[in-house]
Amino acid sequence: MTLAKTLVAAATLVAATTAAQAQDANPAVIFDRGGKFDKSFNQASYEGAERFKTETGIGYAEFEIQQDAQREQALRRFAERGHNPVVVAGFSNETAMQTVAQEFPETQFAIIDAVVDQPNVRSVIFNEHEGSYLVGVLAAMASKSGKVGFVGGMDIPLIQKFACGYVQGVKATDPDAEVFQNMTGNTPEAWNDQARGAEITRSQIDRGADVVYHAAGGTGIGVLQAAADAGVYGIGVDSNQNYLHPGHVLTSMLKRVDNAVYDALADSNNGEWTSGVYVMGLKEDGVGWALDENNAALITDEMKAAAETAREKIISGEIKVHDYTTDGSCPVS
Amino acid sequence: MTPALPRWADLVLIPGLNLALAFLVAGLVVVFIGEDPIRAVRILIQGSLGSSYGIGFTLFYATTFVFTGLAVAIAFHASLFNIGGEGQAALGGVGATLVCLAVPWPHWALALPFAILGAGLLGGAWAFIPGYLQAKRGSHIVITTIMFNFIASALVVYLLNNVLKAPGMSLETRKFGEGTYLPFMHEMLGAIGIEMSRTPMNLTSILALAAAFLTWLLIWRTRLGYEIRAFGHSEPAAVYAGIDPVRITILVMVMSGAMAGLMALNVVMGYQHRLVLDFVGGAGFVGIAVALMGRSHPVGVILASILFGILYQGGAELAFEMPAITRDMIVVIQALVILFTGALENLVRLPVERVFARRARG
Repeated sequence: MTLAKTLVAAATLVAATTAAQAQDANPAVIFDRGGKFDKSFNQASYEGAERFKTETGIGYAEFEIQQDAQREQALRRFAERGHNPVVVAGFSNETAMQTVAQEFPETQFAIIDAVVDQPNVRSVIFNEHEGSYLVGVLAAMASKSGKVGFVGGMDIPLIQKFACGYVQGVKATDPDAEVFQNMTGNTPEAWNDQARGAEITRSQIDRGADVVYHAAGGTGIGVLQAAADAGVYGIGVDSNQNYLHPGHVLTSMLKRVDNAVYDALADSNNGEWTSGVYVMGLKEDGVGWALDENNAALITDEMKAAAETAREKIISGEIKVHDYTTDGSCPVS
Repeated sequence: MTPALPRWADLVLIPGLNLALAFLVAGLVVVFIGEDPIRAVRILIQGSLGSSYGIGFTLFYATTFVFTGLAVAIAFHASLFNIGGEGQAALGGVGATLVCLAVPWPHWALALPFAILGAGLLGGAWAFIPGYLQAKRGSHIVITTIMFNFIASALVVYLLNNVLKAPGMSLETRKFGEGTYLPFMHEMLGAIGIEMSRTPMNLTSILALAAAFLTWLLIWRTRLGYEIRAFGHSEPAAVYAGIDPVRITILVMVMSGAMAGLMALNVVMGYQHRLVLDFVGGAGFVGIAVALMGRSHPVGVILASILFGILYQGGAELAFEMPAITRDMIVVIQALVILFTGALENLVRLPVERVFARRARG
């Protein structure tokens, strides 16, 4: 292909882009490599976007990242086309967002799970350690053996943050309790390996664990299944997973990614957009634990009261839950 | 014996027919989900080749595949099936990263030779172990190389978690110094007055061409290359001719691994400027398809790499433009191409050979 041809084609493409821009200014949502139906993080952001769509009737453009090189590409593409706001979930997009946000100062960007310091970016991060602390308290109280388990997906700082908060909650309630911790694997498949999740859970149960908490995306389905099969308790994560095995899921650690996505879309739509860092902790109801009809019988009044006290103390600052990602280490294990 | 095909039929006609078949079936899939296949093809081609932007991305992906494809091709010539490109490339990334982070390089031209060495060395070392085990212990290379992919993955996660990690949430190293950034193609072309959109395509694309040429030189113009091919055709005959099978197996695997490791120059040193978890992203496996399709010839590998670059970049455009075509659909389309060009090759080859045989008989 000659260069002249290339340039003509490029010009046509630009013309087409501008035309599209004039027609509609609408939101765009980018999902990370797990895909929007990962039953976990990405699905939560999908649900937030869908909620916005049903409530307002405004559709949104979407893209699922497949290659790392596509991160910048997707952000830039949506910004070029005049999509506003552009919401992306996943800490892996941090660097791409940093670059693209500077190029499009007029566009409103939101990123979840990472902080990007740009005047037009809203960064939403969650205090997963606080929510995990509460389910740790509940796990320690529900355990009869004094042994509980944790199954993570991949060994990344984010998952250590879950694990560390959980262990702190367990130990604060029962200093003698033993916590077994395992990661599922070292490749991205670790987020979606139900068989392996179940296998690890069974081995933890064999060692005496009778409550197992997972932060492992799709792998967690296997964790909860194995716990239910063995007649012990599992603890869900991200979304409310209590319904998966009623009576066998003690509770779920909620991480309201859906709210973060919904708020970003709605605020932009209502002209109430604000940039800056949003920390979604217990205080902001960004994290928490799930209580519904599926687990009401499992949570005693005493447990409820203990979790509530811990929640208040964390909010007031009386209990400080250590955040693994601040220094890359955990005081207890 | 199989009737001989004219060279052009072997190199052009059969891959072309395979490709046409693959697109036909892919088109049917697109029709099945209720979209217009003609429009899909148009977006695919337009998005990947229709602008300097699309071309840049296409060739960026293609460059990666040239390295991993050549890696598999070199091993194929010795009848070794190296499916460990994924892990060797990951280790190559570690090598390039260590070089880039170790010294505050003043200029990329200084850093580049050492990065090539670092990436090649670690990539090659990672393939040396399976090569050694195959040559000395008879452990099958397919099994060991695929297992080494997992070990490499675990090693990189460990390094990024504990040794090289930059502060923050992401599993990645800190950014390299500016003195290691390979020039982007749009910068190089801009310097001589040619406009090009900003894309990740960089100097490595030229290195890939050089690597392809050197591979050709090695395989068909050197004594070692002759030994490799002789060994690949028949090990007993090669041994009878005085070729040392241990030496060839290990050498070929090391060269193959080094070639896969060089892929890191394109992604790590040329584009991301830091080591990111899972930066290989399946390129090692695409390399197998590329080598199969390119009939293990460097020119074929380059052409097949460009085709896969088109599928990657055009596929992304397709997902942007036609929301009904999800990324899983694009994987289906890519898989069909691999299926028809790699696995089902004989589907077309046998009838074509029959046609030519009938012609030859008159």
